[in-house]
Amino acid sequence: MATLLIRGGRVVDPSQNIDRIDDVLVRDGQVVAIGHGDGQPLGKADETIDAAGLVVAPGLVDMHVHLREPGREEDETIETGTQAAVAGGFTSVACIPNTEPPIDTQATVEFIHQKAARADTCNVFVVACVSRNREGKELADIGQLVEAGAVAFSDDGAPVYDAELMRRALEYCRMFDKPILAHEEVLELSRGGVMNEGLVSLVLGLGGMPAAAEEVMIGRDIALSEVTRGRLHAMHVSTAGGVALIREAKKRGARVTAEACPHHFTLTDESLRGFDSNFKMSPPLRTQADIEAIIDGLVDGTIDCIATDHAPHAREKKMLELDRAPFGILGLETAVGLSVTRLVATGRIGWPRLIEAMSTLPAQILGINRGTLRPGAVADITLIDPNLSWRVDVASFRSKSVNSPFDGWTLQGRAVTTIVGGRVKYRLP
Amino acid sequence: MTMPTLDQQAVPLHWRHRHLLDLEGLTPDEIRTLLDTATLFKEATDGCRRKLSVLNGTTVVTLFFENSTRTKTSFALAARRLGADVVDFSASSSSLSKGESFIDTAKNLEAMGIDAVVVRHVTPGTPHLLAQHLSVGVINAGDGPHEHPTQGLLDIFSIRERLGDLSGVTVGLVGDIAHSRTARSNIWGLMKLGAKVIVCGPPTLVSDRWREIGVEVSHDLDAIVPRCDVLNLLRIQFERQNTRPFPSVREYAHLYAMTRERLKRAKKELLILAPGPINRGVEVTAEVADCPQSLILSQVANGLAVRMAVLWLTCGPRPADAASWPGRDDNSHHARIN
Repeated sequence: MATLLIRGGRVVDPSQNIDRIDDVLVRDGQVVAIGHGDGQPLGKADETIDAAGLVVAPGLVDMHVHLREPGREEDETIETGTQAAVAGGFTSVACIPNTEPPIDTQATVEFIHQKAARADTCNVFVVACVSRNREGKELADIGQLVEAGAVAFSDDGAPVYDAELMRRALEYCRMFDKPILAHEEVLELSRGGVMNEGLVSLVLGLGGMPAAAEEVMIGRDIALSEVTRGRLHAMHVSTAGGVALIREAKKRGARVTAEACPHHFTLTDESLRGFDSNFKMSPPLRTQADIEAIIDGLVDGTIDCIATDHAPHAREKKMLELDRAPFGILGLETAVGLSVTRLVATGRIGWPRLIEAMSTLPAQILGINRGTLRPGAVADITLIDPNLSWRVDVASFRSKSVNSPFDGWTLQGRAVTTIVGGRVKYRLP
Repeated sequence: MTMPTLDQQAVPLHWRHRHLLDLEGLTPDEIRTLLDTATLFKEATDGCRRKLSVLNGTTVVTLFFENSTRTKTSFALAARRLGADVVDFSASSSSLSKGESFIDTAKNLEAMGIDAVVVRHVTPGTPHLLAQHLSVGVINAGDGPHEHPTQGLLDIFSIRERLGDLSGVTVGLVGDIAHSRTARSNIWGLMKLGAKVIVCGPPTLVSDRWREIGVEVSHDLDAIVPRCDVLNLLRIQFERQNTRPFPSVREYAHLYAMTRERLKRAKKELLILAPGPINRGVEVTAEVADCPQSLILSQVANGLAVRMAVLWLTCGPRPADAASWPGRDDNSHHARIN
């Protein structure tokens, strides 16, 4: 009967509308109770964590993580990726199936679960392929994948290109109440592109990926979702036009959710002027107007959640010419710092909305029993120092890769203790 | 004629760069220094025919990842005219075809004790990347559609030779602006020297966004020809286009080729440039290419002068104590990330 008492922190749990200084009591890996705000002790515990001055939140959930295993263990493994996750305050990640082989069979799902259990660091929820072998031709065995534990479906890395297949996927997934996580891109429009199409790409002579490539596909998928009543989740929304389309769809009652990535509300395409491949990702960094629209979307709830699109690539792969270097940026270990710095410290959103976007809603979208501190819930808890100012040092990252353009940045806000199933899995040294 | 002082003379103090990566990052004064130095070398070598010894003991490598005959020959000749040794590194025959990264290849060359790399590559920014990884000088001989600074300089040099001061001069760049590194280097160099730049071609090759940096955009060649003092006719870069930006070559030539009829409506003293290789009959008809206003062949000769200037300024002897030279390892002009 191991008990853990988290004392005197600012408990922020949007699932119960709680935001007050209080204690949280954990027993045998479950939340037992939150105090009543009256300062009355919740009882004795085997271990006590002093959380004064810290935010105590339901464990953060990143619903968009590339763990690279199986197949690209030189970039990341389930072990290193989950280590990076807890260091960033995440107690759960959803891994994206563009692995080699792709996650499109019960056996691969089982492999991920086994590896995650062996790593024993944070929860790994499996997103499986929409299409067999991620080829975009025929549906994967979605029902069997659901039985194996897949929580959502995605061909991310690429869109589900065939509109009819996308329609069928949305329709078919309805009976399992699983969302399709969609990479929204019309490939012909972005072909040959390495960055946002705009003045900067024009001046640098680099191939551009127009905002329209994303907007056209979001428009298509919203229409398909509305005709099928299937659940669509737009991944890594990067354009003002995409935000507007989703806002309108939600007003009509469409079953659409969306995520945005910290880099897309932090950096613009101006960053590419140094030709550094660490700024190359898909969708690409856009403009200041897009940043404003994404933040507005996070403020009004058009964008439900923050996800990282953590995309590790080994150093030698990124040290190539800009058009040969792969797309992708690390996210797990900078997400809290960037989000607090860009959204909370600037007064655009409060802590309850941040925790909702990084825990409650991603858990709800994935349909996983996380993202809450209700009595009886799994004791996944993240303690965040809201005022800690820290310097990003990629050399100290737990990720196997170092492709972060934020090296040397000073950020505000950092997870200091990450508790998974009642056990402390990370403590800021 | 000889210039006895040149062999002893050091690179001017105000020249801070070890690399020439692009013209966008240079100040107007730095561009003037480059052009003035080119004039100096052109005179000192009897029109680039005589040899000097100002770069004796210097080794220059031409590292071309993209095919080129004229630019590479021009750089090699310019280096030899200054007394430098030139080594050609043929990228296709190297270990690159065995999968070695281009940075590793360049580092290997550097370890052999060379002084400068003249690099051409299909990807924008590759010279900038090399400059970050190598301690030798890096000279951009064309990075994809980004910049071709020595071509821009020699075009501007050729114009300046005829017209003197460039301020108030109107230069039309016609054709495939989207894929042209020559266009970008011309745009920056000309604007910094006070010229008015018009880019002209179909909207699929000429973005309206050029207006945002002060360039005039036109899709009507007939409308701009009478206003131009100089027309620079850029080659259609068929090899760089993912999709065809116009219906047919025939239609393109109909709308944008510089013909004798169009020449009739131009100013009498209009100068015509073409960076070559030209597609005769597409950008320019044969009789215009060979007309008296055409600077096409003097461009080629001036290319030597400009490249001598660039090699000397980036590799030449530094004043007094080279170690204390303030800009020795300075990359700040291209490190533009905040």
